[in-house]
Amino acid sequence: MRAGSKLGFILLFSPLILWLGLLIIIPHIDMFLISIRERVGVGKYDTSLANYLTFFREPLYMLTFARTALMSVLATALTLVIGFPVAFYIAKIAKGRLQSALFLLCLVPFWVSELVRTFGWMILLRETGVFSSLLQWAGLADQPVEMLYNDVSMMVGLVYTSMLFMVVPLITTMESLDDSVIEAGYDLGGNGISVMREIVIPHAMPGIVSGSIVVFMLSLGNYLTPTMLGGKDSLWFTELIYSQFIVRFNWELGAAFGFMLLLLSSIIVWGTLKLSGQTLEKTMG
Amino acid sequence: MIPTIRQPRLVRYGYRAYVALFFLYLALPLVVVSVFAFNNSQFPSLPWEGGTLAWFFGSERPMIGVFHERPILRALGNSAFIAFFVSLMAVALGATNAFLFNRYDFRMKSFFYMLMLLPLVIPGIVLGISILVFSSTAANGIEETIGWDIEALRPGLPLVILGQFSFVTTIVTLVISARLHKFDRSLEEAALNLGASHLTAVRTVTLPFLLPALIGGFVVAFLMSFENFNTTLMLVGSDAPLTIAMFDRMKEGSTPLLNAVSLLLMIGSSALALMMIALQRKE
Amino acid sequence: MTLQDLEIQNLTKTFDAFTAVDNVSFSVPAGSFFSILGPSGCGKTTIMRMVAGFIDPTSGDIRIKGRSVLDVPPNKRPVNMVFQHLALFPMMNIADNIGYGLRRKGIAQDEITRKVGEVLERIGLPGIGQRKVNELSGGQKQRVAIARCMVLEPDVLLLDEPLGALDLKLREHMKIELKSLQAEFDTTFVYITHDQSEALVMSDQIAVMNNGRFEQVGTGQDLYYRPETAFVAGFVGDSNRWRGKVTRAEGGQLQITTEAGLTMTGSDQGRGLSVGAAADIYVRPEAIRVGRSADELSQFENTMRGTVSSILFNGAASRLIVRAENGQEIEATLPQSGEFSGISRGDALHLGWSGEQANAFAASDDFTKVFE
Repeated sequence: MRAGSKLGFILLFSPLILWLGLLIIIPHIDMFLISIRERVGVGKYDTSLANYLTFFREPLYMLTFARTALMSVLATALTLVIGFPVAFYIAKIAKGRLQSALFLLCLVPFWVSELVRTFGWMILLRETGVFSSLLQWAGLADQPVEMLYNDVSMMVGLVYTSMLFMVVPLITTMESLDDSVIEAGYDLGGNGISVMREIVIPHAMPGIVSGSIVVFMLSLGNYLTPTMLGGKDSLWFTELIYSQFIVRFNWELGAAFGFMLLLLSSIIVWGTLKLSGQTLEKTMG
Repeated sequence: MIPTIRQPRLVRYGYRAYVALFFLYLALPLVVVSVFAFNNSQFPSLPWEGGTLAWFFGSERPMIGVFHERPILRALGNSAFIAFFVSLMAVALGATNAFLFNRYDFRMKSFFYMLMLLPLVIPGIVLGISILVFSSTAANGIEETIGWDIEALRPGLPLVILGQFSFVTTIVTLVISARLHKFDRSLEEAALNLGASHLTAVRTVTLPFLLPALIGGFVVAFLMSFENFNTTLMLVGSDAPLTIAMFDRMKEGSTPLLNAVSLLLMIGSSALALMMIALQRKE
Repeated sequence: MTLQDLEIQNLTKTFDAFTAVDNVSFSVPAGSFFSILGPSGCGKTTIMRMVAGFIDPTSGDIRIKGRSVLDVPPNKRPVNMVFQHLALFPMMNIADNIGYGLRRKGIAQDEITRKVGEVLERIGLPGIGQRKVNELSGGQKQRVAIARCMVLEPDVLLLDEPLGALDLKLREHMKIELKSLQAEFDTTFVYITHDQSEALVMSDQIAVMNNGRFEQVGTGQDLYYRPETAFVAGFVGDSNRWRGKVTRAEGGQLQITTEAGLTMTGSDQGRGLSVGAAADIYVRPEAIRVGRSADELSQFENTMRGTVSSILFNGAASRLIVRAENGQEIEATLPQSGEFSGISRGDALHLGWSGEQANAFAASDDFTKVFE
C-alpha cells in the first residue's frame, strides 16, 4: 500500500474497530464475565458457574428455554410454509404492475412498528375484540370469546411479524429462476410436484435458508409479541431476561440467561448454514 | 405453476384465493387499528359508536387527542431525536465501512466482514443487555477511579442511541455497499485523469453516485430506529421514546388514542418508505 | 404418403389484436431436419411453443405421428425441446440433468444410470456425469441439452435457436456437430433460427417465415436459387436491390429501368409482371462477373462499365462496390482467382450478369423491413 492509501485505510478501519469493539465485542465479553461471577456479599464477587447451575437446575428456566426454541422453530416452519406459495405467486405468476403492487403490499407491514401490528391483533382477538363481537353477532357464540393469551394467538403474531423477512428473500431467489428452466422440467415429463421438489425448491434454497435464519432469530429474540399476545403463560425466554434485569435486578443471572440465548441462536444459525452449505456472507450480505 | 403451463381451473382459482387470503391476513390488523382511531368511544373495539376526530384533535377529557396529549408528543420528540442521531451516525459509519470493504484488501478481511454482519444474528434484547452491562461497568469504573459520574452511561437517551446504532449500522453498511459495488471504478480514474486529486474524485464523482444509497440508508435507519423495541427496552431511562411509551399504555389498557398514534405512525413511515422507493425508481 | 412425424394444419395464434401465427400449414417427414427461418418477431417461436404445448393455438391442429396433441399437456407430449438458453438445471449435476426425464417415467435407477452412460457416450462426453453444469464449456452444454431430450427418445426434437449464445467459431463448429447428432440419433429435428447460415447448412427443408406466415418452404437450394417472394430473395443470401419500372415484357424476359436510370434485363420467373408495373429487381453480388474488358462479358445480357469506389476486403467473402457510369452503386463479389489481387480504388472495371440471375418481383416493402 502506498503511504496515502495506508492513511486512508487507517482512517476507514478505525471507526469499524471502535464500533465493533466498543459496542459489540467488549460488551459481550463483559456480559460473559458478569454471568460467571457470584455475589458472595455486599460488593463482593467470586468467579463461579453458579448462575449457569441455577439455570440448569431450575426446571422452569429449562422448560422456558426449550419451549422458546421449539416454538421459534415452529414459527419459522409455519412462516415458510405459509409464505412460500405467496412468494412463488409474486415471483413467477404475477406479471408487470400486479407483481410490483403485490410486492409492495408485502412490505407495508414492515414499515409499521411491531407494536402497532401487535396492537392490531389484540384489537382483533381479545375478549371484547372484533372477532369475538362478530361471533356473537352471528350467533355462533352466546358470550364474549377470549382468543388472546394462548399459544395460537402468539403464533399468529410471530408469523405475522416475521412474514416479510421470509417472503422477500424467497421472491428474490425465485425471480432469478428462468421460466424456461421450469418449462424444461415439464417438457421432460415432470409434473407440478416433481418440478417443485427437484427444480424450484433447490433453486430457492439460499432464500429459504436466509429467510429461515432471520425469522428464527426474530422469533427467538421477540419480547413484544409473546408478552402482549401470549400473555402471562407465554413462557418466553426473553421475558425471563427482562425480569432478571429490570424487575429483580439480578444482572448476574440475567447475563447468564442472555448468554444462553446467544449460544442457542448461534448454534442454530451455524448449524443451518452448515447443513445447507451456505455462508453468513452469502445469505446476509 | 407458471402461466405457460396449463392448470385445471380449480387449482388456479384456489391458488388465487389463497394469495388473496394471505393479503387479507396481512391487512387485517393494520386496518382495524386505523378504523378504530375514529371510534367515538373509550375503547378501540366494537360496537361502533360513530365516527370522530377527537382522538386526533380533542382537547377535553376524557377524549384528549394525539395533538394535545403531552406525554405522547414528548415521546414522539424523543423518538425523532434518537432516530435522527442514530441515522446520522449509522450513515457516516456505513459509508466508511462500505469504502473499506470495497476498496481495500487487508489481512482477515473476510473475518472482519463477518464480524460486521454479526449484529444481524444477535437477538436485540441480548445486544441491549450487553451494552447495558458494559456501560454500567464503564461508568462504575470511571466513578471509582476519577470520581466522575457520567450520566450518559446510565440508561437514557444516549445509551438508546448507542444501542440502536450498534445494529442499524450493519444494515446501512449493506445498503451503501450494494450501491458502491455497482460503481464503475473507471469513472473515478477518468476524474483523476482529468486532473482531480483522489479526495476530489471521490467527492465529485463517487459520493454523488452514492447519494441515493446514503439517503436510502438514512431513511431505513430512521425507520428501524423509530420502530425498535427490544434493544431500546433494555436501555431506556426516564425519557421514553414512542414505542416504549405506547407499550406502557397498552399494558394498562388502551383507548383509541393509541390507534390514532398508530395511524399517524403508519402514515409517516409509509410516506418515508414510498419516498425512498420513488427515489430508487427515478434511478 | 410417407410417414409424417409432425403435421401442422392451418395453425393460427392471435394475441388480442396481434396475429402472431397466421394460418400456417406444413409437415415434417420422419427423420428429417426441418428449419423455420425468419427475423425476430416473425412468429417462429410461437409455433415452436405451440408444438411443445406451452401456448394453446387459437385454431388449427398439431399432429404428431398422425395423432392430434392439442389436448395433451406439455409434460405428456412426445416432443422435447432444447431451449434457447438451454435451461439445464443448475441445481443438478449432468447425470441428474439427463436422467431427469427418465426419473419422471419411473424407470429403475440402475436402468437410468445405464441409459445416461450410453447417451453420454453417444454425444462424445463419457464420464462427465458427476460434473456440475457450470463446469462445462458452451459446446458441451449444448450437447448435454440435446442428450437430455434424446434419452427420452422423443418423436420430434424442437430446438429454439440453441446456437445463439455461442461465439462465432463455436457456432460454426456446432452447426456441423448438430447435423451429425441428428444423423446419429435418426430423429426428426425442428429447428428455429434467424441465422440463415445455420438453416442452410443443416436443414433438409427450410421454411422462411415473415409476419406470421410462411413465405416459402423448400430446400436451401430452392430458397437461394429460386426465391418465390421478394422477402425470401432479400432475406436469404445478399442481393443488390433496385426499384424500377417494367419497360418491356417479352416471353418471360423483362426490361426494367431502375430509378437511377439503369436499364437491365431481368426475369420474373412467371410471376406475370406487366409493362408499367413497379418492380424490385434482385441481383446477388456473387452472380455478377467482374472483368477488365467488355469482351470477356459478351455472353451476358446485362453489361456495364464502372469504377471501383470501395473494396470490402474480407478474405474469401470480399466484395467490391462499383460505381456505374450513371452513378448507381453495385456490389459484386471479388473473384479470388488471383487476377484482381492488385485492384485498388478508382480502377475502371466491367460488370456483367445474365438476365436469368436478375430476379424481378412486384415492388414491396418486405425487403427494407428485414434490415430495420
